Amino acid sequence: MKLIVNGETRDVAAHFLDALLTELQFEGDWLATALNGELVRSTERPECLLKEGDRVEILTPRQGG
Amino acid sequence: MLTLYGIELASHLLLGTAQYPSPAILMEAIKASGTGVATVSLRRETAGGSSGDRFWSLIRSSGVRILPNTAGCHTVKEAVLTAQMARDLFATDWIKLEVIGNHDTLQPDVFALVEAARVLTDDGFKVFPYTTDDLVVAERLIGAGCEVLMPWCAPIGSAQGPLNLHALRSLRGHFPDIPMIVDAGLGRPSHAATVMELGFDAILLNTAVAKAGDPVAMAHAFAKATEAGHAAHRAGMLEPRDVAVPSTPVIGTAVFS
Repeated sequence: MKLIVNGETRDVAAHFLDALLTELQFEGDWLATALNGELVRSTERPECLLKEGDRVEILTPRQGG
Repeated sequence: MLTLYGIELASHLLLGTAQYPSPAILMEAIKASGTGVATVSLRRETAGGSSGDRFWSLIRSSGVRILPNTAGCHTVKEAVLTAQMARDLFATDWIKLEVIGNHDTLQPDVFALVEAARVLTDDGFKVFPYTTDDLVVAERLIGAGCEVLMPWCAPIGSAQGPLNLHALRSLRGHFPDIPMIVDAGLGRPSHAATVMELGFDAILLNTAVAKAGDPVAMAHAFAKATEAGHAAHRAGMLEPRDVAVPSTPVIGTAVFS
């Protein structure tokens, strides 16, 4: 299945968001996620079903002003 | 004591965490500034990367309160989603709300800002809106539920200091009970002292400290200037006069001729 992850097309096997993070080696408790422009809380990832063409954003803390 | 959304803070300075020469210097600057609040952002993580983890661990070890921002957002939708993601990650309902309207000046889109502020306060966020010094916009932000305002005094990173003292005085005078943090445009400690003397409650700094020749020494200098301006405002300053007034008593002056 093809997804857009952080702006890049990725061909993945995972069907759920938490499995996608593991598959793409995004691991840790310092990530925030969104699917198609909507927040997916960390607790909701195991039940968050993905489909072809979904846009996933995976963000992390950075320096800011 | 500075009180922001019910949280009491000893320092009247908030510090940004970007553009420092190294993580170690950032940590020393936080300590030297005496700040109790540091701003952070959210950006895309790279697969297999852990830079976010390293930075997050570092900031957490400083013990300061986190104020996430929505820097780089240009629409209400982007800003609201970023705020929601920040709340999920940082476990705080504080958000520094930025909705940029102009690429050259990084001027906030105040119309989108008010709308986003309303959406977020309705959703339980404690919003710190980065705004201009416009009085009517300030009124709308307060109406949208903001209990703190963060007016600029000059464009972000410009180091020009307060460009419109009249507007800042007017803001302060119209909303005496709203905590106001001057955010953006400060370049020198004297700028910080000036706005604090006007009665502003705090300042938020980043570039002026991070890009200084010695960021740690500059953080310390800004801390002293900020507290000096705050103390001067509380002490009650003399108004300027057009004529000289002798400070030494005139009575008892000797007459030699």
